[in-house]
Amino acid sequence: MSIWLFTVTVLAALMLLAMVRLFKGPTSADRVVALDAINTLVVASMIVLAAAFRQILFVDVAIVYALLSFVGTLYIAKYLGGEL
Amino acid sequence: MASFIATGCFSFVVYLLLTAGSGRLLGLWSGADLLAGVMIAAVVGWVARGFFCDPRRRAALQPMRWVRAIGYACGPFFLEMAKANVDVAYRVITGRIRPGIVRVRSGMQTDLGVLMLANSITLTPGTLTVGIDEDTNDLFVHMINVPEGIETRESLEAREVFSTFDCPSWIRRIAE
Amino acid sequence: MILNLLIGAAIAIGLFFNALGVFGILRFPDVYTRLHADTKATTFGSIFTSLAVALYALGRLFETADGQYATLLLHTLVAVVVLAITNATGAHAIARAARRRGHSPAQAVVDKLEEPAP
Repeated sequence: MSIWLFTVTVLAALMLLAMVRLFKGPTSADRVVALDAINTLVVASMIVLAAAFRQILFVDVAIVYALLSFVGTLYIAKYLGGEL
Repeated sequence: MASFIATGCFSFVVYLLLTAGSGRLLGLWSGADLLAGVMIAAVVGWVARGFFCDPRRRAALQPMRWVRAIGYACGPFFLEMAKANVDVAYRVITGRIRPGIVRVRSGMQTDLGVLMLANSITLTPGTLTVGIDEDTNDLFVHMINVPEGIETRESLEAREVFSTFDCPSWIRRIAE
Repeated sequence: MILNLLIGAAIAIGLFFNALGVFGILRFPDVYTRLHADTKATTFGSIFTSLAVALYALGRLFETADGQYATLLLHTLVAVVVLAITNATGAHAIARAARRRGHSPAQAVVDKLEEPAP
């Protein structure tokens, strides 16, 4: 197993751990925080996967994913704050 | 018109960065790529010119500000961020926290300056911007560990939030 | 050889801080302190895992002089910049939303925002 795949495995385990907070709550703001952390970890693991499989396209997908998840977080935050 | 050109040039540079290596023309790009890039940059520049630079202030048109912004991101900002992470690591492991929300006088006049200061505060030791007073541009900052004696004061100067470097004056030179 | 060591060190630092961020989210008492762990630690950790990829691309670029590794390097750096900017702004948005919903910070010694935002 290469070092890149090992890194991705650890990152995936961390995502599962963050999902504990996503399901437990207690408030919806806590769930958004957990979702935000998972998004960051997904972007990081996409970049590492690009090195593992030598696919540059994965990094482009990671950039688009980071921007779209940012817009998603902003809209959920606006909705929670009652401004939408 | 000037803001349209500045925004278009910026988006064209980002386009060139993302498509480098696609062809052999000029070393790195293909002709079709460059043509498509110019057209897309023109459209994006026209749509986004109002958001990207303030038409009354020409801050985005001065190249020295861009150089300073890059220097700020690589130097003081990155070191403050590294310290922030060691600090958070210490708090996570020991669980020793003393949270609170304080008022910080930003002293910034422009929206860009307030945005950069708020983002810098969020990524530096033990502080997180929660809210902003729209009238005075004061920031409300959540601190994970309020130092003794701070909680009785009415407000803090922006300089006191950063530990080693004078980030607010860097930001003032970049954004104002 | 030295490059491999550097890559290994960057991955170790990145994974360590990512793990701290996730444990912080599980451990801290309220949404604001959890945001501290989320924004700082996971952003910094992800920057370091991406830095490992950038170092790898740089090494392969010198070894093979293949243009695709230059592309990998550039795109990774763009992704890092995007990540750093969007995470800080997103954290600010979440904190503001939590405030508007009326969550007050747990165990706070001082709160200058007692009155709800207008």
